[in-house]
Amino acid sequence: MKRFTFIAPLLVFVAIAAYFAVGLTRDPSRIPTALLDKPVPEFSLPAIQGVEKGLSTVDLKGEVSLVNVFASWCVGCRIEHPVLMELAAEGDIPIYGVNWKDKPGDGAAWLNQWGDPYNSVGDDADGRVAIEFGVTGAPETFVIDAEGRIRYKQVGPITPQTWEEDIKPIIEELKS
Amino acid sequence: MMRLMLVLLALSALTFARAAVEPDEILDDPALEERARAISRELRCVTCQSESIDDSAAPLAKDLRIIVRERLVAGDSDAEVFAYVTDRYGDYVLLKPAVKAETLLLWATPLLAFAGAAAFAFFYFRNMREHQALTTTASNRDNPENP
Repeated sequence: MKRFTFIAPLLVFVAIAAYFAVGLTRDPSRIPTALLDKPVPEFSLPAIQGVEKGLSTVDLKGEVSLVNVFASWCVGCRIEHPVLMELAAEGDIPIYGVNWKDKPGDGAAWLNQWGDPYNSVGDDADGRVAIEFGVTGAPETFVIDAEGRIRYKQVGPITPQTWEEDIKPIIEELKS
Repeated sequence: MMRLMLVLLALSALTFARAAVEPDEILDDPALEERARAISRELRCVTCQSESIDDSAAPLAKDLRIIVRERLVAGDSDAEVFAYVTDRYGDYVLLKPAVKAETLLLWATPLLAFAGAAAFAFFYFRNMREHQALTTTASNRDNPENP
């Protein structure tokens, strides 16, 4: 027994190294949402320039929907945009936009340029509603159930892969 | 040497004074502002993660600083302000984690590590003393090689 004690530091090192190795594989930008399974916050946002309808809490009740936080200045949103356009074309789920901290007109110009996948878009110019949603950056997407509760939060762009693997199964389960 | 130390000390004091709070955010009431600063130093900036919102120049940190001040002006206690932010962002934003069942191990770790080290040291030194006692008695014996 005693002659093996020399190996103890090595074992301790391996244990610590394994712990950190697992830590390295985790994405620090994935902050767990505190609002999971909670009702969406009460809010009412005006429409962005050039669009008629804004967005408020009542719009998010009655049907499973997506709330997508985007901005014209957000690079990830540009990457995500074609995926949203495709989802909108399929038409299986309404997508609502929160235009986060954009200058007046920028959000509308962005949608004119790249296409508008949203059923309606609220103008969150001062970012207050985003904070109510616990948003840490754009893009972020929330899956809202028919009762208006937040059931999932996607941090970062929705890619075809994250859609198929993470988001779609949740939506199907909520709809069934 | 002494002078150099003083200069370094003065410079380090300057770095502590650093904060991202912008003049237009500062409250008129110095007592409230002081509370706002203290709260801000305990809240993590969610975009930069390793900074407090008091230190961070990120737009989201600024928004939260303003919200903290608004809540204080509206008459919230410090605890209510913290609750407002953690309701939305979770315990994650607390730079000093709350003491509760899930975080017990976290808080106990330094104590456990210290207890472990103390136990190790105790047995290590006790063994060493016994060992020493044995070797001294051994070397006190006469033997042919070492008269």
